Amino acid sequence: MPLVDVHAHFHHRAGARADWAERNASRLSAGERIGITAHVASILGSWGRTSPTYFPSTADVVLGNDALLALMREHPTRIRGYACVNPNYTEHALGELARCLGLGMIGIKLAASRRADDALLDPIADAAARHQVPVLHHVWQHRRKEWPGQEASDGVELGTLARRHPQVPFILAHIGGGGDWAHTLEAVANLDNVFIDLSGSGVDGGMLEACLNAVGVARMLWGCDLTIDTGWAKLRYLERIVSAPDLDRIRWRNAASIFPPRSFEGT
Amino acid sequence: MSPRVDVNAFIGEYPFRNVPGVTPQALLFAMDRVGIDTAWISHLTAVFWGDPMSGNTALYRIAEAEPRLRPVPAVHPRLDGWRTALDEAVRRRAPAVRADPTRWGMNPAGAEIRALAAGCGSAAIPLLLSVRLEDSRQRHPRDGTSELEPWAVRALIRSDPSVRLMITHADRDFVEQVHFGATPDEAARIRWDICWIWGPPEDHLAQLLRTVGLDRFVFGTGMPLRIPESSVAKLDLLDLPREARDAIEHGNSA
Repeated sequence: MPLVDVHAHFHHRAGARADWAERNASRLSAGERIGITAHVASILGSWGRTSPTYFPSTADVVLGNDALLALMREHPTRIRGYACVNPNYTEHALGELARCLGLGMIGIKLAASRRADDALLDPIADAAARHQVPVLHHVWQHRRKEWPGQEASDGVELGTLARRHPQVPFILAHIGGGGDWAHTLEAVANLDNVFIDLSGSGVDGGMLEACLNAVGVARMLWGCDLTIDTGWAKLRYLERIVSAPDLDRIRWRNAASIFPPRSFEGT
Repeated sequence: MSPRVDVNAFIGEYPFRNVPGVTPQALLFAMDRVGIDTAWISHLTAVFWGDPMSGNTALYRIAEAEPRLRPVPAVHPRLDGWRTALDEAVRRRAPAVRADPTRWGMNPAGAEIRALAAGCGSAAIPLLLSVRLEDSRQRHPRDGTSELEPWAVRALIRSDPSVRLMITHADRDFVEQVHFGATPDEAARIRWDICWIWGPPEDHLAQLLRTVGLDRFVFGTGMPLRIPESSVAKLDLLDLPREARDAIEHGNSA
């Protein structure tokens, strides 16, 4: 049965981690162990080595996307890609999207280089609509202040962008990734084009029930982000609280409905 | 099937958000769901009371009614009667006693906590301390409590050679700062709950088992604030030999 991780990351030789190859291998082997059939991944530039992770230079954006394209060629069904761009460089971002989506990437990754409700994100969202791909947006669950190292957005700010682009599916990143997830769920509950990615190291009791109550099964997407153990834990928990057909929707059917056709083997 | 003991579970409401599964019955249901035989339980609500020891009576009553739940009573060393509370914990064969000094507005390695730690050491009962209860990024705006910090654990373990500590909700960096900042004898008197340590694809838990030692880690979940499937899943992903798994899941906490 397919299992699509909508929020994965890989590393590369030019990144900040010396153990990049071990971590990539570990992600693939842990994924195999729990049955992940597709890691939909992004690489955020050089992961801080030559420009900040959340403010990647244009050169690092290309470097990271090229590394991901190489991994996609190496694992053509197992690894699918989001094109990561920095919206502060509009022309470069649009060119990079055309290049990477043309080479087989299936979505767009926006991290925290520019607030989600900023007008500079509109051309990126327009590109998503033209290419008919979803946008995975890094979100801080209820940002009450400025956090160092990123221009983080929260659910309200992503919601503003989603209202301006109702035809684009937005994936609200890592509901378990830190912050007040209850605030996020309230902010996007009525936005049908915002999907909740369940990834993150947070495994709070009540969080999955709150997602079900706020947005329903049809807008929940399974994912891991940095920790596959917590992703597996949430999957095991969901097996106990939703029906088998609903679990299928969270595991892969919802993802298959917002990514381009035939993005995932077996779906 | 070897027994699985959770050293880090709670009963009672959490004041900052609605958490499901806070009753003893719900806790037992969750334990059955993931194959936990015995849980050490703290009184979550009482952690926030002016006199957290006043929750101990309920804790003992719950444990008497359900032998799979073992009480971890709170002992507040600034309040009258703390030595009596400690004596009662020993008499009732509690597996540990609990203190939350940062929530109680105390220096976590000050004279009062050191007195409690020494008292626990003399009574041969571990003192359980939590680094945090939930992610600091999601704290309620009115929850301004500081987290327990590594320096305090180093200070406590050095304060008396009889002290034994059980630390819950610590991450890899915390464990390493204490372990490698302690002598081998000091470090050997600390047990670490695994609930906050990252598993694959990161190597945090695998590395700690190698560098700090398999015999220092115990199974804990933090439920119901956290779903217990997480602690089971991270061990499952490590594919440990049966004897290693047994040590973490019950041997090291015995």
